[in-house]
Amino acid sequence: MPSSSLPNKGADRRSFLMATVSTAAAPLLPGAPGAAAATAPATENPHKPVDAIVKVNGRDHQLAFDVRTSLLDLLREHLGLTGTKKGCDHGQCGACTVLLDGRRELSCLTLAVTVQGRNVTTIEGLAPNGELHPMQQAFIDHDAFQCGYCTPGQIMSAVACVNEGHAGSDADIREYMSGNLCRCAAYPNIVEAVKQAKPAMKTASRD
Amino acid sequence: MQAFIYERATNPAGAVATASHQNGAHYLAGGTTLFDLMKLDVMRPQTVIDINPLGGTAHGRIELGRSGLRLGALARMADAADHPQIREQYPVIAQSLQLAASQQIRNMASLGGNVLQRTRCPYFRDVAYAACNKRDPGSGCAAIEGFNRSQAVLGTSEKCIAAYAGDFAQALIALDAAVEIAGSEGTRTIPFTALHRKPGEAPDKETTLLPGELIVSFLVPAAAWTRRSVYLKVRDRESYEFALASAAVALDQQNGTVRNARIALGGVATAPWRATEAEELLSGKPINEPNAKLAAEAAFATAKGYGHNDFKIELGKRTLSRALQQAAALEI
Repeated sequence: MPSSSLPNKGADRRSFLMATVSTAAAPLLPGAPGAAAATAPATENPHKPVDAIVKVNGRDHQLAFDVRTSLLDLLREHLGLTGTKKGCDHGQCGACTVLLDGRRELSCLTLAVTVQGRNVTTIEGLAPNGELHPMQQAFIDHDAFQCGYCTPGQIMSAVACVNEGHAGSDADIREYMSGNLCRCAAYPNIVEAVKQAKPAMKTASRD
Repeated sequence: MQAFIYERATNPAGAVATASHQNGAHYLAGGTTLFDLMKLDVMRPQTVIDINPLGGTAHGRIELGRSGLRLGALARMADAADHPQIREQYPVIAQSLQLAASQQIRNMASLGGNVLQRTRCPYFRDVAYAACNKRDPGSGCAAIEGFNRSQAVLGTSEKCIAAYAGDFAQALIALDAAVEIAGSEGTRTIPFTALHRKPGEAPDKETTLLPGELIVSFLVPAAAWTRRSVYLKVRDRESYEFALASAAVALDQQNGTVRNARIALGGVATAPWRATEAEELLSGKPINEPNAKLAAEAAFATAKGYGHNDFKIELGKRTLSRALQQAAALEI
């Protein structure tokens, strides 16, 4: 249970609101095709929590949360997935980068309520069986971080960068990784890590 | 952040009907402007209408034909920036998107939302500054007397000097695009240049969109100038930064002589800016350094600096001059 990794506050609101379900639950989505209404109000009272099913790392979670919640806060505060980091919280640093349906996006600028029906992949989902993803191994091999705070975002972004076909040259890697800031300035090592992981990712996907 | 009612659009007409009848309703696409400014309490929608479910309709499609390019407003920046035919046939479009934001944001932000992005003026973005006519009409402008390095030098008024921050809009102007808009009375199409307003007396009114209207698509005609087009962006760092000055240039050139020049400027103006005087000056002439410089002078003839941003006038001229020469030299 993700909740077990959270600090124990007794029967707190967080664990009360969180009920993890393992079944695919797409039919519960409001606003599914066939709904006759012009728009489907998912919330009628802005102060009542929204109920939603969010799929993270292949697993459905049924959650109730404030409509204002960002995907980043949902991951960290509701699901205990604290690998995804909060840097600026305004789309300027890339620390919160996750994959949505395989594309890299910023979880801080994503309203959690909008990701129903989409697949969220976080850094925790890169190594589901405890075996490091080639990109994670490459970051270690090339010492591509110092403090490590930006690293989960860098790695998620780097995986997508390779998958997009934007890791063709050093210049390409630098340009397409520019949305991830590193205050320790590990940039040269990050470029080397991406170059190492690129062929390894191809091999891994062939296996 | 103010709480809001969240609604999910199930069809375009329904979304428009809902938005038209609710005060304080805002459409949500990528959310990279709206959610950001909601967190800052700068935008306070009462209802948020999520239009992302319309992405599977014509709103989300990119189509190329003989007559031109149709960009659905819900297509993402990255979809257009990485589109091989757009890169080849409409380079200024792809370049303007490619040079904007980061790949994460380009994956999120819609093209419709991109042209409607709000200014990055720090006095607008921070509610701790009481004076901002754009955010709070009648409250004044803290930028005119403040630190105004990033603000505009063209199209300013005594009420507002905030710069328009986007890039893609300039490419649309350079390619003479139109914008298709859905409203409660049906759909209308207007030249893209008629979408944005200069601040004048009402900086809070940034566009000519009526309440509830929704951008459906951008229509870019296949013209003699589309291939010979360039977006040049000058900024404080090489990537992931807004423009200090930018120029979108499209040239119809024959035997080294300009038949038609189309020019738009970014980073320096309060709204996406067409430099008509510069265009006219180049008509019938070859693009060489002297003529490019003359055109740049004409483009900035009415420019006004506010102290910290005075450098933008010279920077803007040089940017345009270089963009013109780059476009003229393209091997097509």
